[in-house]
Amino acid sequence: MTTSEHDHHRPPEPPRSGRRGRKAAEGAREIPMVEKPEFSSYYGRAVVKAPPWGDEIGAYLFLGGLAGGSSLLSLGAQLTGSRILQRNARLTALGAVGLGTVALIHDLGRPERFLYMLRTFKITSPMSVGSWVLTSFSTGAGVTAAVEVDRLTGHRLPLGPLRRVLHALEGPAEAQTALLGAPLSSYTGPLLSNTAVPTWNAARDELPFVFVSSAALAASGAALVFTPVRETQPARALAAIAAVGDVVSMKLMKKRMHPVEAEPLKTGGPGTLLKWAERLAVSGAVGAVVFGGHRAPAVASGALMLGASALTRIGILRAGLASARDPRHTIEPQKARLEARRAQGVVHDSITTAG
Amino acid sequence: MESLTEDTQRSAEAYAERAGSRKAFFTDTSICIGCKACEVACKEWNRNPQDGDLEVLGSSYDNTGALGANTWRHVAFVEQDQDRIEKARESGRKLVSLGMPRVGPPAQAGAAAGAQDGTAPPDTAEFRWLMSSDVCKHCTHAGCLDVCPTGALFRTEYGTVKVQEDICNGCGTCVGGCPFGVIERRDEGIIRAKTERAQSKYAQEIPNEGTANKCTFCYDRLVDGQTPACAQTCPTTSIKFGDREDMVESARQRVAELHQQGMTEARLYGANPNDGVGGTGSIFLLLDEPEVYGLPPDPRVPTKDLPRMYQRAVLAAGGMLAAVGVSFVLGGRR
Repeated sequence: MTTSEHDHHRPPEPPRSGRRGRKAAEGAREIPMVEKPEFSSYYGRAVVKAPPWGDEIGAYLFLGGLAGGSSLLSLGAQLTGSRILQRNARLTALGAVGLGTVALIHDLGRPERFLYMLRTFKITSPMSVGSWVLTSFSTGAGVTAAVEVDRLTGHRLPLGPLRRVLHALEGPAEAQTALLGAPLSSYTGPLLSNTAVPTWNAARDELPFVFVSSAALAASGAALVFTPVRETQPARALAAIAAVGDVVSMKLMKKRMHPVEAEPLKTGGPGTLLKWAERLAVSGAVGAVVFGGHRAPAVASGALMLGASALTRIGILRAGLASARDPRHTIEPQKARLEARRAQGVVHDSITTAG
Repeated sequence: MESLTEDTQRSAEAYAERAGSRKAFFTDTSICIGCKACEVACKEWNRNPQDGDLEVLGSSYDNTGALGANTWRHVAFVEQDQDRIEKARESGRKLVSLGMPRVGPPAQAGAAAGAQDGTAPPDTAEFRWLMSSDVCKHCTHAGCLDVCPTGALFRTEYGTVKVQEDICNGCGTCVGGCPFGVIERRDEGIIRAKTERAQSKYAQEIPNEGTANKCTFCYDRLVDGQTPACAQTCPTTSIKFGDREDMVESARQRVAELHQQGMTEARLYGANPNDGVGGTGSIFLLLDEPEVYGLPPDPRVPTKDLPRMYQRAVLAAGGMLAAVGVSFVLGGRR
């Protein structure tokens, strides 16, 4: 940030070479950005920190949504008597939630302490609320999936007298997963938004809608992949609704943000992921509606929809992490909202005061 | 829906015998000389591991970079020329003219004009060096504390915010929850990845690895009636420590004093109980806009908007249920 008038006597510094240089260029952005008068930062360093969340969290967002959506398909199938759809949805729900939980635990700094998540219940912490939702959901999903496995294996699971207990619990467990399926898909919105990460925080009004749409898309995709076409009519209808919801809510979300907060969703690696997510979602849903009556195209469409959901989650996760790394995404929108309040004569709530 | 943020009133009642003794730092950057004794004292007292590989960062005399898991005090260095001094003075003057709440005699227009006609305060007009020792803000409404799912982060009887390192499971939510980018998980951060650190020739034993770490306000010293290490060591009393009301009071007096000397660039950061984090337990006297020091210009604890976020999430969940219901009605007829 040297802005001395003697600066021009100094030769320009050569770019740093090797690992460090590359890291700095793509990550911490060490380049000073003083030339823009309306924006200055401390040597281009980040103001807020990105949480240490890797792609495991992106995988969890996808898998949790898939599980939540599948539990709702299972309930619908129960009510309409689609046995195979219900069986597959239950198995998908348990598989997805199990894998997702493993991903979550793997991402912890101290994985052996994962049970500390249930040490307390805090409404102010979406992570705490989500941990309880996830645990309760998983318990129910475990019971319904175990019942299905027991049926598939012709009651050969070594359960002994517990078999009657297990099968008696099927109904309550089904209700439990169906009740928690939608919250499991939507709580991840507040989980990301209740942070100081600029892009996630700015997305707070629309992110739950993007996430439930993406969850429904994934669940109907999985149903199309695994279930014969005679039972996937509802999944095809859901695919259409979910794709519309996904595209519309994502567009609204970007539109309502400050342009600098929306930028990471449109540019760079995350921007590309999200562009492809939209393409896959639309083509998958169109394929499901138009050609979903035949097995092969149905499987292909389902796979596209699953891919769309996974890309959406990873794209949004990475866009947020990128927005935290560049101070511009923090400082510019904050300055803008501060100025807007001051222009309206609101001066009592500024952190900077004259005395 | 009401605010979900921590009920400080109730916290105060829980510690009734010590109520009203919220401790705070007042960091007066106008008398900081950038000696970094606070950084050293903090590292030594808290036995924090090394950050980075002792490389020169190329940002004035700052080779620490930022606050993080292993750095709980960070001295910022900013070099500025006459233009930027003028701009800072102008933006400070604007704060006064906005009619912000203030204590003490108002700065006279004549005093500011005095800067030009030779009666200026004894600072250099052509060049200045801003130095500021940054630290955890110990917010009234702490984002990190709100989002912590395990209860590892808690409010102490001194009104400060601390991590219980034996409870934290390293989920990292607090890292994103902090509007000031202070708290960090002790393994991989913005500076470097764990594997890279292990290969370093300075590899060392790292305590509490994988958990979130930040300034404890020297809790272990406070319980013994001692001053935090950084404040104790500061040779110019730039870092002051005491009851929060006293710190706010002396901060306001100091700003008024500087304004009277024509240094209208002086302003307070974190003294306002109505700001986005309810005021901080670390008050700063700054000589330029906060972002120049790497501080956010308008931080807001995310939990303030959490009731609305939950409403939206419930609405979205309802929409999902409805969509599935409609799908089974539409798809039910084969």
